[in-house]
Amino acid sequence: MATIYFLSGLKQYTGGVESLTVDAPRVRELMQAVTERFPALSEPLQMMSIAVDGAIHRHPDYLKLSAGSEVHLVPRISGG
Amino acid sequence: MSGERKFRYVGTRPVRHDGLDKVTGRANYGADFTLPGLLHGYVLRSPHAHARIVSIDTSAADAVPGVKAVVTGADIPKSTAMLSLGGGKGGFDLADMGDNLLAHDKALYEGHAVAAVAATSAEIAREAAEQIAVVYERLPPVLTVDQALAPNAAILHDRLVTKGQPLPDAPTPTNVAMRMELRGGDVDKGFAESDIIVEYEFTTPMVHQGYIEPHACVARYGEDGQILVWTSTQGPFIVRDCCAGILGLDAATIKVVPSEIGGGFGGKIPVYLEPVAIALSRKAHRPVKMVMSRDDVFRASGPTSGAKVRMKIGVKQDGTIVAASGSLYYEAGAYPGSPAATGAMCALAPYKIPNFVIEAFDIVVNRPKVAAYRAPGSPSAAFATESVLDEIARRLGFDPIDLRLKNAVEEGDAAPYGPKYGPIGLRQVLEATKNHPHWQAPLGPNQGRGVGCGFWFNAGLSSSATVSLSSDGSATVVTGNPDIGGTRVAQSIMVSEELGIPVERVRATVADTDSIGYSDLTGGSRVCYATGMAVIKAAQDVRDQLRARAAKIWDVDVDSVAWNDGCAVPLEPADDRTPLTVHQLAEKIAQTGGPIIGRASVNAPMAGPAFAASICDIEVDKETGVSRVVRYTTIQDVGKAVHPSFVEGQMQGGAAQGIGWALNEEYIYSPDGLMQNAGFLDYRMPVASDLPMIDTVIIEVENPLHPYGVRGVGEVPIVPPLATVANAMRDATGIRFTDLPLSPPRVLEALARY
Repeated sequence: MATIYFLSGLKQYTGGVESLTVDAPRVRELMQAVTERFPALSEPLQMMSIAVDGAIHRHPDYLKLSAGSEVHLVPRISGG
Repeated sequence: MSGERKFRYVGTRPVRHDGLDKVTGRANYGADFTLPGLLHGYVLRSPHAHARIVSIDTSAADAVPGVKAVVTGADIPKSTAMLSLGGGKGGFDLADMGDNLLAHDKALYEGHAVAAVAATSAEIAREAAEQIAVVYERLPPVLTVDQALAPNAAILHDRLVTKGQPLPDAPTPTNVAMRMELRGGDVDKGFAESDIIVEYEFTTPMVHQGYIEPHACVARYGEDGQILVWTSTQGPFIVRDCCAGILGLDAATIKVVPSEIGGGFGGKIPVYLEPVAIALSRKAHRPVKMVMSRDDVFRASGPTSGAKVRMKIGVKQDGTIVAASGSLYYEAGAYPGSPAATGAMCALAPYKIPNFVIEAFDIVVNRPKVAAYRAPGSPSAAFATESVLDEIARRLGFDPIDLRLKNAVEEGDAAPYGPKYGPIGLRQVLEATKNHPHWQAPLGPNQGRGVGCGFWFNAGLSSSATVSLSSDGSATVVTGNPDIGGTRVAQSIMVSEELGIPVERVRATVADTDSIGYSDLTGGSRVCYATGMAVIKAAQDVRDQLRARAAKIWDVDVDSVAWNDGCAVPLEPADDRTPLTVHQLAEKIAQTGGPIIGRASVNAPMAGPAFAASICDIEVDKETGVSRVVRYTTIQDVGKAVHPSFVEGQMQGGAAQGIGWALNEEYIYSPDGLMQNAGFLDYRMPVASDLPMIDTVIIEVENPLHPYGVRGVGEVPIVPPLATVANAMRDATGIRFTDLPLSPPRVLEALARY
C-alpha cells in the first residue's frame, strides 16, 4: 500500500482530501487510481513531477512501489 | 553509492583536454562556423515595449540587391503544442516560443523580433531590414509587478487567465499567469505563539546571465528537406525538438550540431535564432548564419525575473522558528513562465518550520521573456528569507549561523513542497561555515560581515553515453551534453575510474543529435550527476565486455573472470592465466571479437538537494556609497567532487554572479519601456579586478542516488550571495537594505536618510 499526498494547492481538485492510500504495484497504477477518484487532477498532473520516497522523478510510470511508499506530487522544476 | 570506495581518479585534478583550444582561441564557437554560399541574417526588432502590429510591408527590403529572403511572424505557424523534456506534455509552450521568435500580432517588449532578412552580407541584411515598414499602434507598457497588478493595467494577452490557484477576485483577462500556494500547519497559530516577528518587503531586479558568447547559429535547409543546424546551445535535442514543433517539421529531418559554448547559465536553453534561420534558409535555398549583438542579447534573449517578495517569520525567544509566510511575485517577461513556483518551493527549504504559507505569482510584463538562470527563482526567495533571519538573529542576540543551525533541516525532515529529505548536508555546511577562520577574522574600518544560506534541487532527467575502446587501450566517451563547466574531463575521469586507464587516454566528445541517444539539456546541475551515471554505466558495459574477452582468451566461463584495479582477473588461477590489463586486452580486440563499444542511458530522478552558505566582508565608502567585497568564502555540499578544480570554479562563478546581482546589476528601463543599459559598459557585471579571490570549502555528503555520491554543483552557489552581501552591508552601515542592487547611489541615498 502506497500513500500519495496532495499539496495544499492540489486539494482544490481532491475535494480537500490530503492523502490517499492505494494498493498499487507501480506508480502507473497508483496514478490511475488517483485520477479515477479525482478526475479533475488529470490536467494539473501533466505539469507535475512525482516524488517516490523522497526521490523526484519526471516519468516514473513503471517504477515499483513498496509497502509504505510515500508519494508526493511536486511542481516541475527547470534549472539553469 | 560509493560507501567506503577508494577512488583512484575521482577527486584528482587533471588538465582538461579542451583547455588549450579554448585559451588559444582555436575552439569553434557558435559564430565561427561557415559554409559555401552562406547568407547572413538580421533581425528587425520592435522599438516599442508594447504595441499592436497593424501591418508589415517587406516589399522594399525584398527589392534590395543581395537580399535572398525575408520572413515575418506569418512564416511561423501559430502552434498550440507543449513540449516536455524527454517526452510527454508540459514544459515549453511552443505557441509562446514561436510568437517570441517573430511577433504575430503584438510586440510585447522593446527588442521583440518582428521580421528577419537573409542577404549576401550582414550589412545588406541590416540595411534591408531597416526598410521594412512596420505600422505599430502603441499601447501603454507594463514594466513592473506593481504596474501589472494595478487596477486598469494594460493587459498583455487578451486571453490570459490565472492558472493554478487564482485568488477569488482574480480578473479575466489578467497579467497574472499563475498563482500557487504551499501550506503547512496553522500559520496564524504559529505567529500567535511567536515571541518575535520580523517582516519586510524585498525587491530584486531583472538581471542577465551575462554569458560572454552571444547567441549564434547557422542553419541549412537542404533541397531534400534535410535540415542542419549548428548552434551554441545548452540542449541540442531541445533545439531540434523546438524547431520541429514550432515550424511544424518532422524532427527526424533535423540534425543539430552543438558548437563549443561560451557560457549559458540557463540562458541558452530556449531557441531565439534557430527556427528563424531555418525559415530564412528554406526560402533562400542557401545556408543562413545569425548572430546576436550584445545589444540583442540584453534586449531580446532571456534574463531572469525581477521579483517582489514579502516575507514574515516568527520565532520563539530560544530561536526556534514557529511560523513563516511569504508572498512572491516574479516577473515572467512577455510570456508566462517565471520561476515563481520554484521560488516558493525554495524559500523556506533549509529550515524546519511547522507552520507556513507561501504563495507565488507568475506575472507577465513588457520585458523580454525570462529564461533560466542558475537555480531559477531561488536567489530572490533566499534574499528575503535570509535577510529576515539575519534581522531576527540581531534582535535575539544570536550568532546568525547558530540561528540557522538551530532550525536546519536534516534527513527525514519534510521539505515545504512535500517529500522528506534523504541524506543532505546543510548542517555540515553550516558547521564548516562557523568553523571557517573567515567567520572569526577581525574586520577593518567601515567593513561589515554577513552570512547567508541557500537551497537548490539539482535535476536528473535523461542522458545517453557511449564509451568506445581502441586497440591501443585508449577510450572515447561520447555524450549529448555541451560542456559548460568542465564536464568532459569529469566524464573522462569516470571512465578512467571504471576501466583503470589514465585520464589523458580518455577523450570526451560532445556529439550531434544524430550521433548519440536523446539527452536532455546541460543545466540544472545535472550533467556530472545524470550524464555521469550514463557514462559510468557505459564504461561498466565496456568492462563487462573486456571480462568476456579475457574469458575467451583463457577459454573459461565469463563468470570466472573478475575485474580488479583495471585488470581482468581469473577467479581460478592457472599458469597461463595472469591478470590482463585493458591495454593487453585491447591489443587482442580484433582476435577476440572486434571493436568494443559500451552504451548506456538513464532517466535519473532529481539528485539529492544541494545546500550552500557563504560569508562576505564588505567595505563601504560612506562618502560615495561605493562598496567593495574584501573577502568572500563559499561553502557547499557537492556530494562528491569528481574534479575539484571545476567544482571550485562553479562555486566561485556562482558566487561572483550573485555578488554582481547584489551590488550592481539591473535592467534599467525608461518609463516607456526602453532598456537604458544594454551593454557591458552600463550593465555593470563584476570583473576579476572587482572581486577578491573567492575561497571555497567543498563538503561531501554522499548522494545515494549516484554511484560516486555526486550531487551536482553549478546552481546553488548563486543562491546565498544576495542576502550574504546585504547582511554584510547591514553590518557595515546599520541599514537593512531591502531593494537590490546595492549600487552606490542607493547606498549613498540610504546613508543620507539614516
